[in-house]
Amino acid sequence: MYMRKILILFCLTFAFTAAQAQQPRFGEPASKEDIDKRFFSVFPDGEFLPDGQGTPAEGAVLFEEQCELCHGTPGEKGIADVLFGGHGTIGTPQSLATIGSYWPYPTTVFNYIRRAMPYVAPMSLTNSEYYSITAYLLHENGIIGENDVINKDTLPKMEMPNKDGFVNAYPEVPDDYKTKFDE
Amino acid sequence: MKSNNEKTLIVDATDQAAGNGLMNRRFFLNSALATTATLATGKAAFAQEAVGEGQEDWTLYPGSDALEYGELSRFEAGRVKKLVGGLAGGRTATSAGRTPLHQLMGTITPSGLHFEVTHHGIPDINPDQHQLVMHGMVKQPLKWGIENLENYPTITREYFMECSGNGRLLYYEPLSPKMTLDATHGLVSGSQWTGVKLSTLLDECGLEDGAKWIIAEGADSGSLSRSIPIDKALDDTMIAIYQNGERIRPGQGYPMRLLNPGFEGNTSVKWLRSLYVTDRPVMSRFETSKYTDKMPDGKAMQFSLELDVKSVITRPTNALSLQKHGLYEITGLAWSGRGKIARVEVSADGGKTWADAVLEGPIHSKMMTRFRIPWMWNGDPAVLQSRAIDEAGRVQPSREQLFKGRGRQAYYHYHAIHSWAVETDGTINHVYA
Repeated sequence: MYMRKILILFCLTFAFTAAQAQQPRFGEPASKEDIDKRFFSVFPDGEFLPDGQGTPAEGAVLFEEQCELCHGTPGEKGIADVLFGGHGTIGTPQSLATIGSYWPYPTTVFNYIRRAMPYVAPMSLTNSEYYSITAYLLHENGIIGENDVINKDTLPKMEMPNKDGFVNAYPEVPDDYKTKFDE
Repeated sequence: MKSNNEKTLIVDATDQAAGNGLMNRRFFLNSALATTATLATGKAAFAQEAVGEGQEDWTLYPGSDALEYGELSRFEAGRVKKLVGGLAGGRTATSAGRTPLHQLMGTITPSGLHFEVTHHGIPDINPDQHQLVMHGMVKQPLKWGIENLENYPTITREYFMECSGNGRLLYYEPLSPKMTLDATHGLVSGSQWTGVKLSTLLDECGLEDGAKWIIAEGADSGSLSRSIPIDKALDDTMIAIYQNGERIRPGQGYPMRLLNPGFEGNTSVKWLRSLYVTDRPVMSRFETSKYTDKMPDGKAMQFSLELDVKSVITRPTNALSLQKHGLYEITGLAWSGRGKIARVEVSADGGKTWADAVLEGPIHSKMMTRFRIPWMWNGDPAVLQSRAIDEAGRVQPSREQLFKGRGRQAYYHYHAIHSWAVETDGTINHVYA
């Protein structure tokens, strides 16, 4: 009798412990549609770049229609970020960080304007139109030629002038910079 | 009674903790008895008339009924955020509301005064149509609506949130001596957050080998995205649903936001709707062209995610002037993205001598800590400063030390010692000292 009680107690304890260890699982399977609607990232190696293509000439027309009002033309200053010029100024008191002078990856340009621009109507253009505007911006910054075509194969290969300008500070600041940050 | 009261103003040499009037941090405790005694005196005698004669109206008439949502007194108008930028002003797309730290006490910022920075405005999200997906290097991609997330065991923690651009004006000279604390330091706030640990959801999906980063994306009109290191995600990152007991507000990411304690605020993606598990960062705009710190050699620090140890005196500041000589309390806030605040020192002579301030507990990791110290002002010019030290041993630098290492182009992560100059007439100015 005594042993049986012990056994029951043991079983109850075990069952209780097992229930405790059970993690709640309330996630539901996510379909491709669920994900595609919410995920817009494009990586520097070109992963997730969509089909479509564009040229600087096509982009120039779109830029004038969609972007110029806020960003201004090359050499001009609008209310939004300056997108052209500033080459060689990073690190100087006249620092002007633009796509041409500062941005390390061409895919970031495409990814950002495709998800966030035009400011008042984001995602309102086609992939080819976003490729075209990207091509125009890269051309005006002297990164590609006027006849270059931008698409998912060519874009990741475009080299940005400041591609080697960044130092990863996570999880540790590199030794060369450590004393500077730990001052 | 009177003699007791006077006694509190007699400064014994042993009460002094540092130069120019800084008192031992227990000075107020020692004189508490005298203060209590003073309060018991001075009761006016009643004349032969209605008992309420001489009372104010609010004592003589019933007040208003309870409100569905309480408000500040109408006499407290002006305790609001300082707004900068925004489309309405036709200035910049980035809109910011800065917390008036110099008008607040304690360490919890009222939710409506929590700072906000938005790059693409505040979306008006219907929670019934909002879902979070987790996908990429996981065994089973999953999705959650707000009702599913609420079913998990929640955690509640106090954390500060700070924009790494907090203090960027202080890289520049000259700066107006009347530049108030909301302008220079108002992009930091403290809250109690409730939500689900990200590690719980990652565990449910099942991480695949080689997962190193998580790309978080929001549902705002910029679909803001940031790359989060997996070790952070598995440590203390949470998905916050409540702030100070209420559902988080639209400006804070309603109905759900990522919250990376101690990391620069931009990584705590608001209106969170996608978490993509991968082996490399996505190099989004906000981790390349923005939120990177330009160094003197022309390179830029990227993924400088942890916020540095920092403190500032929130009273007195240049928002007021001292009306009389005598005893004041200097108080302020200290915080570090690397853990708990271990110590705060205060100087009244521009950094020549320092005294330990009292830290008001409980002290939480990656949360603001309030410090206090008594100060006897005799009318001499003074420069008030605070210097925080965190449990990792990091010391808040002087302005000179910060610039020596980082230069003046970094724009982000300014965390140097802040100085308030008290003039002989009691006027207070912000100064670089």
